[in-house]
Amino acid sequence: MIKNHILEIKNLSVTIGNNPVIKNLNMGIPENNIVAIMGPSGCGKSTLIRSINRMHELNDNVRVSGEILFEDKNIYEKNAMFIRSQIGMVFQKPNPFPNMSIIDNVLSGYILTGKKITKKEKMEIAETSLKKAFLWEEVKDRLFERGSFLSGGQQQRLCIARSLALKIKLLLLDEPTSALDPIATSKIEELIEELKKEITILIVTHNTSQASRISNLTAFMYFGELVEYGKTNQLFTVPRDKRTEEYLMGKFG
Amino acid sequence: MGDKETNVLNKRLIFNQFFNYFCLALSVFALLPLFLIIFGVLQNGIGRINLSFFLENQPSPSNSGGGILNALLGTFYIVSLATIISTPLSILAGFYLSENRKKRFTELLYSMFNILQSIPAIVIGIVVYAWVVRPMGNFSLLSGSAALAVMMFPYISIAATEMFSLVPNNLKEAGYALGAPRYRLFFKLLLPTSLKGILTGILLSISRVAGESAPLLFTAFGNPYVNFNLNEPTSSLPVLIFQYAISPYKNWQDVAWGASLVLIISIIFLNIMSRYLLKVKKN
Amino acid sequence: MYSVERKEKVFKTFVLLSVLVAPAIIIGMVITLLDGSILVLSEEKLNFFTTTNWDPINKRFGVLVFLVGTFLTSLTALFLSLPFSLAIALVTAELYKKNKIANFISFMVEIISAVPSVVVGLWGIFFMAPVMRELQLFFGYTPYGTGFLTTSIILAFMIIPFASALGREVILLVPEDIKEAAYSLGATRFEVIKKVILPYVSTGFLGGVFLSMGRAIGETMAVTMLIGNVNYFPENIFSPTNTMASIIANEFAEATEEIYISALMGVGLVLLISTLITSVLGKWVIKRLTY
Repeated sequence: MIKNHILEIKNLSVTIGNNPVIKNLNMGIPENNIVAIMGPSGCGKSTLIRSINRMHELNDNVRVSGEILFEDKNIYEKNAMFIRSQIGMVFQKPNPFPNMSIIDNVLSGYILTGKKITKKEKMEIAETSLKKAFLWEEVKDRLFERGSFLSGGQQQRLCIARSLALKIKLLLLDEPTSALDPIATSKIEELIEELKKEITILIVTHNTSQASRISNLTAFMYFGELVEYGKTNQLFTVPRDKRTEEYLMGKFG
Repeated sequence: MGDKETNVLNKRLIFNQFFNYFCLALSVFALLPLFLIIFGVLQNGIGRINLSFFLENQPSPSNSGGGILNALLGTFYIVSLATIISTPLSILAGFYLSENRKKRFTELLYSMFNILQSIPAIVIGIVVYAWVVRPMGNFSLLSGSAALAVMMFPYISIAATEMFSLVPNNLKEAGYALGAPRYRLFFKLLLPTSLKGILTGILLSISRVAGESAPLLFTAFGNPYVNFNLNEPTSSLPVLIFQYAISPYKNWQDVAWGASLVLIISIIFLNIMSRYLLKVKKN
Repeated sequence: MYSVERKEKVFKTFVLLSVLVAPAIIIGMVITLLDGSILVLSEEKLNFFTTTNWDPINKRFGVLVFLVGTFLTSLTALFLSLPFSLAIALVTAELYKKNKIANFISFMVEIISAVPSVVVGLWGIFFMAPVMRELQLFFGYTPYGTGFLTTSIILAFMIIPFASALGREVILLVPEDIKEAAYSLGATRFEVIKKVILPYVSTGFLGGVFLSMGRAIGETMAVTMLIGNVNYFPENIFSPTNTMASIIANEFAEATEEIYISALMGVGLVLLISTLITSVLGKWVIKRLTY
């Protein structure tokens, strides 16, 4: 907690249509940590991470107030596409691009944004990203094939590699293992643990035991409010708020 | 169950069976003209089909023999140009319609495409006459293509809308999350993934307009010779068939049958091929 | 960064312009035809719609015969095709759903729509007209062969793919659970169709009727080749007459006088408005069913 905050959320409120989804939320994310956000469904946790890389702007009727500082700069003062290429995101369901080969999928952040890289850089980036995502050994002989033969877990790691290829410092994971089996899940969790050394990770999960297993810090959200936020072991053993306690005991959602 | 009940049930079942067969019979009967037409075209057209039929221009009234070279090439040029004009516009329009699906305004726009589809071809013909033929001063290949392009535009647009809508939302999100601008996402992801489907739509719309005479009567008009010039009248198979079918000359009527056979086979082939393409895609 | 934003803007503009082509064409068509027919309308006023005298030489233009001819042939065609279209819709959407028979029938029906109108007309002239001539002789009418009934039958055949596809669409809208509920009460297929499906989709069928009507109204080539092209009301069900689409197809190319062209543009305008009304009405009715 002594480290710098890579992300600082100040007085964030998000309204979709007429529904306030996030209410005046303040939160600091320190570098090289794994921060878990949990809460019952509909509590605004997905909306929160989607507003960090401004994905919520793809929908209409979304209004945002407050500030989100990424490396001390307000992301709403920059170009949304620029922000998105700085902050990675992995979704619930693995979604590699079906029209691209494995290597093109890893490099899709470059292909889709039109960033020029040399052939040599391509191979380098692909190899390091796949290695970081624990996928290199499994796919190195089939780089130029389409990824339809990959298992769900492998596909999800490919999606992580795709984000890592852009040399991001912050990775947002939106329930990344909810569509995966236990073995694939534990592999992803291992991978996240390893990634922590280099980047900061924000993971949304409805699975409390996953949050307790992998995160250093945990936030609990309820009806758009940040109810409690602190060190994971503290929050799980001696929650300060009654609602947190009830949630951990499985009282709702 | 008593006897009476069994009786009633039996009656109901028999009636049900009768109804099934009755509907089936009506359906098959409705197809009868189709078989008769295909048979008639084969019977009357097959005799004319030989190499010179494809290599000679349409005959003049006094001549025997002759072929459909000018009309065949004309149809090919007119339809190709129409496809080139309408495809890019349709794909972009389809992109708009699929991206803004939930908006009221889009619903209104989409209904415009449905309405455009329902406008009679002959009306499109005279309007394009006013738009292109009159200012240019004469019937032309270009005006014929413009008329067919107007007909193809809604068909391809609607097909493209459907294909783009099939691309899962989570893929688009993944693209945006990597920081992709909309236009690159369109060219690098949406277009490649839905290309096959759009191609099917294009082929289907070609098969729909290739047999149209009404929009060409006062635009491309007709020409006894092969024409490549955008600014000159151009012959087409459907118009040739129309003119020769209502003529009093036996030779011309025979050419009309031969041309019909060629046209019908090409269109049915295109139609089946595009459906096959779509099936391959779905599996 | 700046250039990406700029490209994005250019792309967005192109996309918006492309989609606006559709309304632009429709509005442009209405304006062009209105503008084109002003001359004849100012000359003939309401007589254009209410008189039957179509005489290019003396420059008198009344379109009532074509209007009546168009609507009567289309309506007759609609009634003739209704039982067949309904049967095909039922066979493919319910009775033999997902069966080889249904696949074959829907495939063949789609092939009907692939047959060019002009080929249907050609066949009509040489195969159907002779049969109709025999029929007319038998009933003691002048044996033209072509005429009102010939055209209506051909039109009925030609709208079958369209009408049956619409019927099928609305039948498939009936929720599966409603049908299942009916079957679970012991109803036979026929009873489910009669008591559940048809009542449920009746408004949808009305919409389909309007849309098919629009299709029939605009059909040109086969009609032009078989209607007989005389500017009189049909005296009997076999008589030759004329329609809006075929008067345009027959005379537009030879019209040289301004007022003659204007009169034909006027016919085009009436034709366009008729199909716009049927298609908007049809879509509206069907939409009310779906919502």
